[in-house]
Amino acid sequence: MSQPTVKEVLLNPIFHNNPIGLQILGICSALAVTSNLQTAMVMSIALTLVTGFSNLFISMIRSQIPSSIRMIVQMVIIASLVIVVDQLLKAYAFSLSKQLSVFVGLIITNCIVMGRAEAFAMQNPPFLSFMDGIGNGLGYSAMLIALGIVRELFGAGKLFGIEILPLTKDGGWYLPNGLLLLPPSAFFLIGLFIWALRSWKTEQVEEPSFRMAPQVSEQEAY
Amino acid sequence: MSNKESTTRTLLVALAVSLVSSVFVAGAAVSLKPVQIENRLLDKQRSILSIAGLASGKMSAREVKSLFAERIAAKVVDLDTGEYTDKFNPTTFDPLKAARDPKLSEALPGDEDPALIKRRERFTTVYTVEKDGKLESLILPIRGYGLWSTLHGFIAIKSDLNTVVGLGFYQHAETPGLGGEVDNPKWKAQWPGKTLFDESGKPIIQVVKGGVDPSSPAAIHQVDALAGATLTSKGVDRLVQFWLGEQGFGPYLAKLRTQGA
Repeated sequence: MSQPTVKEVLLNPIFHNNPIGLQILGICSALAVTSNLQTAMVMSIALTLVTGFSNLFISMIRSQIPSSIRMIVQMVIIASLVIVVDQLLKAYAFSLSKQLSVFVGLIITNCIVMGRAEAFAMQNPPFLSFMDGIGNGLGYSAMLIALGIVRELFGAGKLFGIEILPLTKDGGWYLPNGLLLLPPSAFFLIGLFIWALRSWKTEQVEEPSFRMAPQVSEQEAY
Repeated sequence: MSNKESTTRTLLVALAVSLVSSVFVAGAAVSLKPVQIENRLLDKQRSILSIAGLASGKMSAREVKSLFAERIAAKVVDLDTGEYTDKFNPTTFDPLKAARDPKLSEALPGDEDPALIKRRERFTTVYTVEKDGKLESLILPIRGYGLWSTLHGFIAIKSDLNTVVGLGFYQHAETPGLGGEVDNPKWKAQWPGKTLFDESGKPIIQVVKGGVDPSSPAAIHQVDALAGATLTSKGVDRLVQFWLGEQGFGPYLAKLRTQGA
């Protein structure tokens, strides 16, 4: 296998190998923080930075990590980075950190971060790993921001808290869809996005894992 | 090169990684702590000012601080007797911490605890707005359980000790868009001007479902519930009643009334 290029690792995860769209990772936080665009944006930035830097640091010491404790070493590095991000948010974006609450902390358990550390950073040089982390973060961000736009615009008639569609309760014409503000709606939207993505890039469609055999007996089975 | 997988090597790597990470995390936590405490305080002061109707639009951190220092005085009240107390320093006293301290709080039995706060502190901090030595408004801390979380907030009352100046919550975790609409300025705008007590001094302010009928005489004591957030609305209803009642600020308000009369 040839060495991947920087451009490949940075841009492929956005559409070609989207962590949410194709690998179906990181769904939990995608449901929780996308009810408005601002929190989705901050979460995206936080995750992108954590994935990038955890890949960088893990790749830097990859030849030193004994394989028996590699997972726990990765976890320690990721957890430290997440705590620092959480502290920074609390210090410089207090009201946002109130809204994101527990989900910043849960970046630690986000499968994307761990997945990239194990699958990429353990085998590749630091700079390339860093770019891979940033690229996967961007893939996650693209999905989160798309979700945030749809959910906030049609759920609350706003973007970034600024009114776009005047609501009926304030004398406008738009009746908001309250379902979009609840977490399950993100499930439906992610499903629709994946459908759209796979209709566009048909190579992402998975082989069915089994096929129904045709019925051969003449009678119904009892 | 020594064997990477040997036990000694494994332990060494584990130790080194933990050490570096802990220094990194501890450094960040310690160096950012003052900013965070500042932020939390600022957030509370900002909400007190806006609930008291003193804040206008977006104020910078410095404006909030100077306005707060200029207009608002903090005092510690003994909720059982209704008297001010100087046992604690009002700027550093933390009523929420007191509520967890068995010496400074009492457990509420289930039927006396409509706001579901479990323990009520004996002392709490109230804020007053005074002009020329006369009370202009009074800001009381309130809290209670909604649907998912405890709502922490303030209610500001005029010097007649009956009319609401404002109500708001600075900390809660209700569903965004439903219960979270307690933060909606349009909903909060219903509170100012409502009156809290009937002639006998019992709290009769209510959060009602299905809309307030403006022609009914009770409308002055009623606030519309939040659409799609029955339990949060009920929680707000109960916690306001609780804190204004005998278990809450009742004795304190009674004292103030006799002094004013």
